[in-house]
Amino acid sequence: MGKAFAVALTIITFVSVAVFVSRHWWFPEVASAHGGAMDHQFAETFVGAAIGFILAQLCLAAFAWKYGERKGDQRPIRIFPGGAKWLVVLALIYVGSEIILLEFVGQKVWAAMYFTPAAADSLQVQVLAGQFAFYFRYPGPDGKFGPSHTSRIDETKGNFFGIDTSEPGSQDDIVTVDLGVPVNKPVELLLNSKDMNHGFYVPQMRIQQDIVPGMEIPLHFTPTKIGRYEISCNQLCGLGHHTMRAFLEVMSQEDYQKWIVEQASLQ
Amino acid sequence: MSLTSDPLATVVQGDNIGVWGGGTLPYAVPSKKLGMWLFIVSDAITFSAVIFSYGYLRLAATAWPRPFEAASITNATVMTFVLLSSSVAMVLAVRASSMGNVNAAVAWLVATALGGVIFDVLHIREWLGLIEQGVRPFHNPWGTPMFGAAFFSMTGLHMLHVTIGVIYLLVIAVGFGRRKFSTVDVEVSGLYWHFVDLVWMFIFPLVYLLSAKTN
Amino acid sequence: MAHMPTEAQVHQHTAPTGFIRKYIFSVDHKVIGKQYYFLAVFSVFVGMILSWLVRIHLVWPNAHIWGLNALSPAGAPGGVISPEYYLSLLTIHGTLMVFFVLTTAPQAGFGNYALPIQIGAEDMAFPVLNMLSFWVTFLALCALISSLFVGDGPPISGWTAYPPLSAVGRSAGPGQGIGQDLWGISIALFCAGSLLGALNFITTTVDLRCKGMTLMRMPLTCWAWLITAILSLLSFAVLFAACVLLILDRNAGTSFFLPSGLLVNGTLQNHAGGSPLLWQHLFWFFGHPEVYIAIVPGFGVISHVLSVFSRKPILGYKVIVACLLGIGFLSFTVWGHHMFLSGMSPYSGFLFSIPTLIITIPATIISLLWLGTVFGGRLRFTTCMMFALGFVSVFVTGGLGGMFLAQPSLDIFLHGTYFVVGHFHMVMGVAAIFGMFAGTYFWFPKMFGRMLNEGLGKVHFAITFIGVYCIFMPMHFIGLEGMPRRYSSFVNDLMQPLMPVHKFMTIAALITGASQFIFFFNLFWSMYKGPKASENPWESTTLEWTVPSPPPFDNFGGKHPVVYHDPYEYGNVQNGKDYVMQTDPAGQPARSQ
Repeated sequence: MGKAFAVALTIITFVSVAVFVSRHWWFPEVASAHGGAMDHQFAETFVGAAIGFILAQLCLAAFAWKYGERKGDQRPIRIFPGGAKWLVVLALIYVGSEIILLEFVGQKVWAAMYFTPAAADSLQVQVLAGQFAFYFRYPGPDGKFGPSHTSRIDETKGNFFGIDTSEPGSQDDIVTVDLGVPVNKPVELLLNSKDMNHGFYVPQMRIQQDIVPGMEIPLHFTPTKIGRYEISCNQLCGLGHHTMRAFLEVMSQEDYQKWIVEQASLQ
Repeated sequence: MSLTSDPLATVVQGDNIGVWGGGTLPYAVPSKKLGMWLFIVSDAITFSAVIFSYGYLRLAATAWPRPFEAASITNATVMTFVLLSSSVAMVLAVRASSMGNVNAAVAWLVATALGGVIFDVLHIREWLGLIEQGVRPFHNPWGTPMFGAAFFSMTGLHMLHVTIGVIYLLVIAVGFGRRKFSTVDVEVSGLYWHFVDLVWMFIFPLVYLLSAKTN
Repeated sequence: MAHMPTEAQVHQHTAPTGFIRKYIFSVDHKVIGKQYYFLAVFSVFVGMILSWLVRIHLVWPNAHIWGLNALSPAGAPGGVISPEYYLSLLTIHGTLMVFFVLTTAPQAGFGNYALPIQIGAEDMAFPVLNMLSFWVTFLALCALISSLFVGDGPPISGWTAYPPLSAVGRSAGPGQGIGQDLWGISIALFCAGSLLGALNFITTTVDLRCKGMTLMRMPLTCWAWLITAILSLLSFAVLFAACVLLILDRNAGTSFFLPSGLLVNGTLQNHAGGSPLLWQHLFWFFGHPEVYIAIVPGFGVISHVLSVFSRKPILGYKVIVACLLGIGFLSFTVWGHHMFLSGMSPYSGFLFSIPTLIITIPATIISLLWLGTVFGGRLRFTTCMMFALGFVSVFVTGGLGGMFLAQPSLDIFLHGTYFVVGHFHMVMGVAAIFGMFAGTYFWFPKMFGRMLNEGLGKVHFAITFIGVYCIFMPMHFIGLEGMPRRYSSFVNDLMQPLMPVHKFMTIAALITGASQFIFFFNLFWSMYKGPKASENPWESTTLEWTVPSPPPFDNFGGKHPVVYHDPYEYGNVQNGKDYVMQTDPAGQPARSQ
């Protein structure tokens, strides 16, 4: 039984590592400025984890293969050389180096996303999440968002943000169902929810943030590849959670200008 | 049956087995007492979680009311004094019981319970007054609706503990009077009562004094 | 002056008579341990069925499942699971498994059964309180199961029950009416039962050890149960408060977790002043120690069993004790790693990730010490040992997944994906369960006086071990693709190419689940028809193996054992035996550790 276990475990170890290394199922291609650094950090972590995984599992398999008790076996037991001491040292070195590398060196990505504010010239877009859709609001030529009122929200009339067009700043606001942005320009999203906790997740952009009602949470990134990307809600929000999605359209500067003018005319 | 002549007792006289060597109660703390201490630790954490929630929400709130005028604060101060006095009575009850003075112990236990009852009565009077002014768990006439929720939750949880304590103390008093319970049981009930008093010493400043009218 | 007793309490109760006192309302820790164990067996059976329903729905969404239409005509019309019912099934699956399986059997089940005997006591310190704890837990289970049958079904908010979804009431969705209230009541009752159990465990371990059983001579199982009890005492208290506040928000109009301006289903909610993040802080302050409550008893059992079946002392007993204490302490400092993206301050996120990575150190040390124990041993490949070796493997796998999730930068991508689901199933759904299997195969002879069938056990292990890797390793792969969790179906193009992986996992889950019936059969058949067990079938040194199988009602037949040895003296052959019982007054100790 021990030998069978050893063989099975060895196969499992190699197959698992092979699948990871083959990148058959892997992160989608990066489409944002900070994404490369994140992928790099994952790769570093993966190397460390893979080494630990392979060594631990193969040791276990080897011991199960080698040390089975045989009938009439007079072999004495062997205590691990040096007792517990060297294993404690090994654990400290392995984990300690991972901690230093991942925690302190690796925090750059987190810091870039969350400790530094968005660039001053970011395109600001308000996002409103609600059971079970996302809506987006652009400030328009005046660069300001008009006030929004929960009591004025009327989805049947398309007034998703509860805007009163008679108030200053609201006249030129543009509300859309897709999130269109120009490529290679920083974007700052202002995430709001009108009912439950929601999530805002775009894997290719390597961005994710929970959206909490009662808070406006900023999230900034810079898209670097033109394309149409899915935005999923990633925080359980009710029975329609799995249908809650929108699309991020990253366009060239000219296409974006055309698009935003077209959206403005639809208001 | 004498404990030292008990043939099943594990300790042999003269054995040096140390406090943690097994077969003994470490530091001579009876199990019931240790059990009550552990319960107190866990209950303290439950109260802490509720008080933490109050703090978290109050710090985030823009309009936390400060409605307690002199009369309310005086009432709460009297309640504090009553509870502290009842704790003194409890100490005297434990002392009397350990000296073997059963009647005195029972009397002091009843006095402690009485203190708890007076505390409850004053507290309920205060609650009724606030309810009359329109304070509810879901709204009040002064500021954020969470004021009522936080107030009733914290003081309600505490009042529940006082009430249970009163019943507990009376049961112990009757039982000790009938020689069914021992000194340890009186002492353990004392631990509970002092804990309830200690919690009040946090609630009084955090709830009442921090919401006292300042003008 | 009345004398304070200094001797350990002596219970001296007489044997119970009558069916009710012997098997239903029993104060005997052995009966209570078995009651908890069978409560967990029932719960894992139901939880496993629910997991099948969930997995089947993901790959065959239009399947008509027999019986579901009768259970919930609204949730599963014609036996086809609706999206909301999927979430209900998921919620009950998680709640049952985390609370009623992983927090009962390893601690209250095996702990209640074996702790008093292993430390040489007649019973727990508070036997009546012990009985009360079980029946409160039983009531909690009834409340939870009843949610399947009342109103419009169980809640859809997941086992984590985040508000506002869980707090606003029925308007948030089906199951959010009475279903969520029953959930809250069930969990609050469970907290109460656990708290009472925890103080019983701690008092018993401190006060009722027999003479010679110093703390450092206790089997590692007893250390694990002690530390788990301390964690329970401190963490369930917070969950209890959180559940009470949630119930108040739902029924008394308070707003602890609900901010103003919530527009739910077109209706402006009448709440103001609360914070959804407050629930998350309270819940996870409990929730993280909870996962250690689920796994630490397993650490104890595995350390114990590896030593027995390697015929070697455990390597680094003192180090393992220190590591368990370290893990226990650190488990209270890491809760924010469940909340990196929750909206809390990102500086907090950075701070929480530090202890989260540091807690890897004691876990790694323990894993290496297990390997070091097996090294050079004379391994006996009983089913129990196979599950112990399997535990080491799956715990390493699951734990390494945690290394990725501990970093907020990577969590930006991995949060809420199947990578997380794979990680926690590996450590809780597999490793902790393996700990329970190891405990079952180890203590079954003592509990029931009969042996489990080893052949069936080995088949059970083989299919299960390969099966769990087939189910949960692929979850890591699809998590890397960004597949979100808690989705009842995958309608988007992005996820369609991954459906074959889901099919593979579902089929693996069904096969692995089916093989558990080999275990259930083995369990119930052997209880009555298994070969009779001797006093010490595993040649193990600890105190439970000095008494008959099963033990008499007061464990030691009125005698009080005295302990002379450490618990893991294996390997040194003397008098024809390669082990020294803890109670053996002669016998040389094994080489020092």
